[in-house]
Formats: sequence, C-alpha cells, structure tokens
Amino acid sequence: MATIELRDVVKKFGDKYAVKPMNMTIQDGEFVVLLGPSGCGKTTTLRMISGLEAVSSGNIFLNGKDVTWAHPSARDIAYVFQFYALYPHLTVRDNIAFPLQAQAVKRDVIERRVKDVSNLLKIKHLLKRRPGGLSGGDQQRVALARALVRHPAAFLMDEPLGALDADFRETMRAEIKALHVAQKATTVYVTHDQIEAMAMGDRIVVMSNASVQQIGTPAEVYHSPTNLFVANFIGSPGMNLVKCHYQGGKLTLPGGSVYVPAEGWQKTLDHQLGDNQTVVLGFRPEAARVSGEPKISADVFLVEMNGSNVLLDLHLDDDNIVRIRTNRGVNYGLGDTINFDLDPQMVRFFNPSTEAALVME
Amino acid sequence: MNTPKSKRPEVNYATRVDKVTFKSKLTRNLKAILTVIIAFIVLIPVFWMAATSLKSRADAVAAPPKVIFEPSMEGFIGLLTQRRQVTAAQGLEEIKQDPNLKWYDRVMLNRGQQIVGKSEYVGYLKNSAITAGISTILSVLFGLFSAYAFSRFKVAGKGDLLFFILSTRMLPPIVVTIPIFLLYRQLGLYDTTFGLIILYTVFNLSFSVWLMQGFIDEIPREYEEAALVDGYSRLQAFFKIVLPQTITGLAATTVFCLIFAWNEYAFAVMLTAQKARTAPPSIPSVLGTGGIEWAQIAAGAMGFLIPVAIVTFALRNYLLRGVTFGAVRR
Repeated sequence: MATIELRDVVKKFGDKYAVKPMNMTIQDGEFVVLLGPSGCGKTTTLRMISGLEAVSSGNIFLNGKDVTWAHPSARDIAYVFQFYALYPHLTVRDNIAFPLQAQAVKRDVIERRVKDVSNLLKIKHLLKRRPGGLSGGDQQRVALARALVRHPAAFLMDEPLGALDADFRETMRAEIKALHVAQKATTVYVTHDQIEAMAMGDRIVVMSNASVQQIGTPAEVYHSPTNLFVANFIGSPGMNLVKCHYQGGKLTLPGGSVYVPAEGWQKTLDHQLGDNQTVVLGFRPEAARVSGEPKISADVFLVEMNGSNVLLDLHLDDDNIVRIRTNRGVNYGLGDTINFDLDPQMVRFFNPSTEAALVME
Repeated sequence: MNTPKSKRPEVNYATRVDKVTFKSKLTRNLKAILTVIIAFIVLIPVFWMAATSLKSRADAVAAPPKVIFEPSMEGFIGLLTQRRQVTAAQGLEEIKQDPNLKWYDRVMLNRGQQIVGKSEYVGYLKNSAITAGISTILSVLFGLFSAYAFSRFKVAGKGDLLFFILSTRMLPPIVVTIPIFLLYRQLGLYDTTFGLIILYTVFNLSFSVWLMQGFIDEIPREYEEAALVDGYSRLQAFFKIVLPQTITGLAATTVFCLIFAWNEYAFAVMLTAQKARTAPPSIPSVLGTGGIEWAQIAAGAMGFLIPVAIVTFALRNYLLRGVTFGAVRR
C-alpha cells in the first residue's frame, strides 16, 4: 500500500490554471475524496497523480519516491474511469485479466486471481460476456474488478458512480466503501456530489476555481468550513449565510432582529473587525431552535416536509432567506412568524471581504 | 372482452389501428418494389457486360442482340492469350487431332485460331494487382498512424497540415499528370511499378488519413488511458486496444483505397508504357487488334470488376457495422 504526496503541484493549460499550487499528503490506507463543482480541477489532479496528465510544475511522490515523470504503467496505481472504459472487444474475463497480462503473470495465477476478484464483486456469472451488453452497475463492478485484481498500491476513482441511476448509486457507494474497509487500500476518489463525499471520505479535499479550499474530515468541513465557498457547498441545503451589522457586541440581522453571540465570539469579533463592521453570520439549518422568546424572527414562506424533519424557508426580509430544520411534529402555516435561537456551538462567522472564516480566539 | 356479437359497439373503421398497419405494410412493399426496380436499372449494364463476356464473337455482335445464347469462354480466353490464325490449308484439322489439347485450345481452334502464348494483358493484370495491392496496404498503414497522431497528440499546425493533406485531392488527377509525367521522366520513375505505387499511395493517403481520423476520434481515449495505467506502453495500448477497434474503419478505408488504385486510369495511361502498364489502360487497346472484340472487352471489364466485388463483399459486415459498440457511455 502507499502514501501519496503532492508538493506544489501545478497544472496550467496555456495561461489558465487548471490546478493552482497544491500540497497534500495522503496517508497509507486513507480514503480521500476530491470534491468540487465541475471544472474545479479535481479530475486534472487525479490524472496528474496517475500520470495520464503531465504536471506543469511541482512533484508527486508515491511511497516517498518521486514519480513526477514516471510513465503511468510504472506507478502501480489503478484508475477507475467515470465511463468505466471497459475494452469492448474483450470478454469480462479478459478485461479483468488485462492488467495482469501486462505483468506477465502466470496463466494459473491469473485464473485464480480473476476468480477471487469476481467472487468478491459477485460478477462470476458475467465472465464470458462482453461489457457492451452489461448493465451500468455490472460494468461498474467489472471496472472495479479490473482495478482490484492486481492489488495496486493505490486506487484512483474518477466519479465512478456518476453514470449510475440515483437509487443504484447508494448501493454501489456502500459496496465501494465496504471494499475499501476490507482492502484498506489508499484511495483517491473524485466526485462533485457532497453527500457522496461526506458518506465515503476519511478526509475531504474541497476544491474550487483550481485551488484547494479546505482539507479536513467530513465533520470538519461540515461544521467548521474555512470559507464561504465551503460553507455554501457542503450540506444540503448549505450553511445559512447572512450579512449582519455588528456593533457593541450585538449583531443586527436583516429585518431588524438582534442576535447576541457568545462571549468568546464577541471578543473575537471586537478584535478582528473593530467596531461598526459588517460580518457574515453562518449557521446550519439544524442549528436553529424554535423558541417562544423573540430572538430572531422571520416569516415562513415555504415548508418542505422531509419525512424525519421539516425544512422551513424563512424570510428575514424581502432579500434574505434562511432555511432551518424543525421537528416534524409541529405544523407551520405560510406567513406565520417564527422565533428561533441558535445553538451557540454551531455559530460561525466569516469576513465578507476575504470570505474566510473567523477563528475564535 | 367477450361481449356478444350483437352487443358489440360499432367499429369506426376510419380510426382502426389495423388499417394503419395495412397502410404501412403497403408503403413497405412499395419501397421494396422501388428498390428492386432501381437495382434492376443499375444492374442492367453489369448484366449486359457479364452476358457479352460469355458470348461467342458472332453472338456478341448479333442484331437484334441475343438474350438467350450458348455461353462461350471465347472472350476470356481471347483476352488472356495470343493466337495465330490457322486455315484449313495450314492443317487446322490435324492440329485439332492433337491429344494434348486443353479445353481452351479447342474453343479457339473452333474459331480457326491456335493459341501460341499468353497475351500481354496477363502481365498488365499482374501489374495492376501488385500496384493496387501494395499502394493500398501502404496508404492504409500510413493513414492509420498519421490519423492516430492527429487524433491523439498535439501536432503543431494540425489544422493546416490536415488541410494541406486534403488539398492534394482538390485538383483533378488529369490536371497534374503532365507535370508529374515530366517529373517522373527526370527521376527515372516513368513506366515503373514503384513510381505508380508511390503516386497511388500519396493520392490515397489524404483520403485514408481523413477517414481513419474520423474512426479513431470515435474511440474514446479512456480505453488507451486505462491500458496505460494497467501497465502497458503507448505502443502496446495501440496494438492491443486501439487497433482491434479500428477494424471497421480499416476495412472501409481499404475498400475505398483499393477501388481507386485498381480503377485508376489517367495516371496509368500517362505514366506507363509497357513494363509497368496496368490493366485499365490496356483494355481499350484490345479494341485495336483484329477488329472490335466485344466479348474480349467485356471479359476484361468483368475480370476487372470481380476482385473489387469480392473484397467489398468480404468486408461488407465491417463496412455496415457501427463504429463504437462498446462499454463507454457518452
């Protein structure tokens, strides 16, 4: 198994950055998810690790060895493509055996390994067929089998579930995660689906506009986003971000509600903003606690029944909407005014001009 | 619905579904009939040629033309052999008694001719096969590799290069034959099979590059990339993954290049005399020797048509089948 290290890795297409200087170390056996909207450079990063794309500058280390300019075939990594890339002219068996044939593995060993991996992925009955006639899920399993069969140092997966139907995606997600738990192989997984990233990653690398926004565990990127982009991108819906006026230890929200942050935050805000400044208040929908006393008040304008909870869209004023989760037991009518408080543990602040999160002192 | 007959609602025949089906059946039949008619019109000359090639000399020029006739191989034999006129006085009957005569000798002796050797046409046909065969293989091979490069790599001035390659096709061949004739005479390539092969290869290359590039563009890069990370070199990936999937394209390109090189007339008539002459310019020369031998001319044309027809027929599955039928969903 392997560690992967990126040191100041840059990719430029012409004058345009596809990946801005990137530093990252992936531990042995770790499942790291590269997450970001399309065109943010996550696939390019993956391709650079695999060697399919040359870096513009910087170095890539595999197990401490510099492989920046090594041929893809020399890196001992497996790559699972978004559209599987199964060889259409070969049978499933030959597809799976293909990487082993490159290593001139003995015929009986190939036979055994193909059998083992096809048992593991439950595709034994498909071995004689050609990939063209298989369902998306089966093709995905064959692609995974082809990656698994030679016990590579690391797995790189480029949106492997992107082409599957929504309901089937969850099943495959669990299967891939289970495979990872069983094999403990270093895995880099690219996706634009933050739910997938949260569910699967040991760590998540959030990327946007060719640069890394945050690297952290799912809990870290969810609860303590480092900037407005991450706060908004992670979670469905994303974090509520409200531009407030801060003066004398009090926040004035749009619509006139006043919120008094915890003492620790007051000090931080005083210190970092000075007096009389605007600041972005951030809180997750589940941080709101509906209460009788008038803390923050807003008007209900949409009620989304989610089964286990209810998501309310609230108007602070005409331009500002916040979304909060409430108990499913209570019914709210459109136009009702609701008062709520915020869990002090779950309140975050961002600098509106730098977009960076403020750190409590 | 087992409603008794009397109680069934009245059927509105104007909207009945089976009426629509009937109509579509009719149009389908009409299409079939039309196809047959068109095929008939197109095939009449071919049939006429085939029939004439099997006629005796007398039948070939009979007026009104004979549709039913006694088939004879005179045309083909005449085309491939050199003969000597033998009269009765010169002992025609005696020659006929020779027990070593082959069937073709007899056919010609009945016409009063004795076969004395192969005709020049046999050599021309051989030249044609060599020229067309080698130039087709070369242009498909070069086309495959250049198309792969154009499709997969950053080639400086790619657009200009491709346009330049295509532009070699913009002049009708006949326009450039004179300069090429002078050029070839200087270079000593006049009337050489080698010279003709070069010319046909280059001429077909533009076509081959463009056609093959279309086919290779259709093959997703992911296949090769998968092979690369699976531990293969680029060349191995090309042969193991790309090549098997270009078969359709290769077959189509081969057929088209072969048809051109096999049928080419203008260059061949200008740039060859005797040694390297191919079959197309030599068929008309049959016209000259000893009156118009229609059966021989038709036989020449038939013999010329058959190889291309066979190759096209053999590759028809590849020609028709779609390009990607693979596992990559787009």
